[in-house]
Amino acid sequence: MIWIVAALLVWVGFWTLNVALIARGGTARWVRIAVPALFGVALLVLWEGLVRGLDVSAVFVPAPSEIGSKFAASLPMLWGDFVQTVLKGALSGYVIGCGAAILTAIAIDRFIFLRQGLLPIGSFVAALPVVGMAPIMVMWFGFDWQSKAAVVVVMVFFPVLVNAVAGLGASDRMQRDLMATYGASWGQSLIRLRLPAAMPFIFNGLKIATTLALIGAIVAEFFGSPTSGVGFRIQASGGKFQLALTWAEIAVAALSGLAFYGIVAWVEARLTFWHPSQRGRD
Amino acid sequence: MLGVIVAVWYLAAILMNAAWERDQAARAGQTVGWAEIVPATMVQDRPVLPAPHQVVGALWDGLAGQAVTSKRSLVWHGWVTLRATAVGFAFGTGFGIVLAILIVQFRVMDMAVMPWAIASQTIPIVAIAPMIVVVFGRFGITGMLPKALLAAYLTFFPVVVGMVKGLRAPDAMQLDLMRTWNGGAFATIWKLRLPASLPYLFASLKVGVAAAVVGTVVTEVSQPTAGLGARLLTGSYYGQTLQIWAALFVAAGLAAGLVALVGLAERVVLRRVGA
Repeated sequence: MIWIVAALLVWVGFWTLNVALIARGGTARWVRIAVPALFGVALLVLWEGLVRGLDVSAVFVPAPSEIGSKFAASLPMLWGDFVQTVLKGALSGYVIGCGAAILTAIAIDRFIFLRQGLLPIGSFVAALPVVGMAPIMVMWFGFDWQSKAAVVVVMVFFPVLVNAVAGLGASDRMQRDLMATYGASWGQSLIRLRLPAAMPFIFNGLKIATTLALIGAIVAEFFGSPTSGVGFRIQASGGKFQLALTWAEIAVAALSGLAFYGIVAWVEARLTFWHPSQRGRD
Repeated sequence: MLGVIVAVWYLAAILMNAAWERDQAARAGQTVGWAEIVPATMVQDRPVLPAPHQVVGALWDGLAGQAVTSKRSLVWHGWVTLRATAVGFAFGTGFGIVLAILIVQFRVMDMAVMPWAIASQTIPIVAIAPMIVVVFGRFGITGMLPKALLAAYLTFFPVVVGMVKGLRAPDAMQLDLMRTWNGGAFATIWKLRLPASLPYLFASLKVGVAAAVVGTVVTEVSQPTAGLGARLLTGSYYGQTLQIWAALFVAAGLAAGLVALVGLAERVVLRRVGA
């Protein structure tokens, strides 16, 4: 009981603190970071207090402290799973899939007849549960990371393709006319004008694809994998009711997702610093 | 375009299934030419890549060849998936709209919750599917609830993010007008912000419904008693490629149908409100 009361008090306290922070600090940068951070901490405290106070068994919901200590205790294993799923499966598939999509987009741009009917197909495919291809890929490419990479390739291809094709059409008439006036060849115009102009669109696709890549790599492991990997461990530890480990792996997946997206967004900010959406930020 | 895809598919089926035929022939001590291989690759029981007409055959058998209550009927499995998706989608949309209104109304909610809602978009949430099944299973709850929960969860975040944008779409002049008319907070939301947010809502709903199907299907992989995801898993266990492809096409059809339905609702509703 004491735990529940304490947790609720902490919750109310943090909430009051947040209200005070916003009243005082307004929208200053540190307030905008502190407020969600405090909210996150308050949630964890509430979770911990409720689990302890209500005496919830760890086979239902483990307390955050238990998940944390499990995380710290199994770092080598978590790292191995991260390498297997994120670096080998998701990342290699992401690079191949996005690379293929961008090259295809350039080919489509070169041979305009292919563009007819591509966008409807692209947005149609984007709505399909492409991740269902996973069992087929596992059959074709085996249990190891190659099949996961194959699922990822299929999943990221269309979103990136559609965005890249849209981007390559983004430079305006006047700019293209100027390139023509300079006597620029198709290749020069592509490198100097069209690709840079397409970058904001391409990065939009690349950012969507980061999450899809992780989903593909993890779900494909549900259909069979060697004895490592984030998806494998989530499934196996869940089956053995080692939920602290399951949560630790979920934390790995979440952190990987954030980091992956963050890196791509960072590269975007470096490469498209000229774009209005990137300017005027401190 | 479709013709090209089917032609490429047939070619790929011949090439990918040929190895097995050669293998079989080699074991029987015979040699086979393409004339024998090509027709044989079209009718394998467990082809590496089934030919299009085999998939169509499996689809037809699953959809029309079985009683709809049969466990072998794709109509039944599709219905199981559709029901969980629809329930989860409805709840996810409802909670998403409520949270979005709270975020727009209260600055604290906005600053505390919104960054988490946005960050959650970058996280592979479907990874929690096996855990949800396990925890619910401990309470003896199986069937629709765990699936609907994940579907709701996946619908929730796009709806929140889209609706917050939509509810903020009215400009200062319109908000001032509401104030001039002495419209309270409720009237402002009901008569100005909600109607203005409808286009954003429908854009989010299309993303959300597609995600809800994925969530349901992936949860069924962890709880393979019924549903299209269960068909995918058992098919992959027993090497029944035709079963996998048929289930995949039904799932794709389901998702496409639901997105089309949302699109239809969008056109009707937006016309009614005169947008």
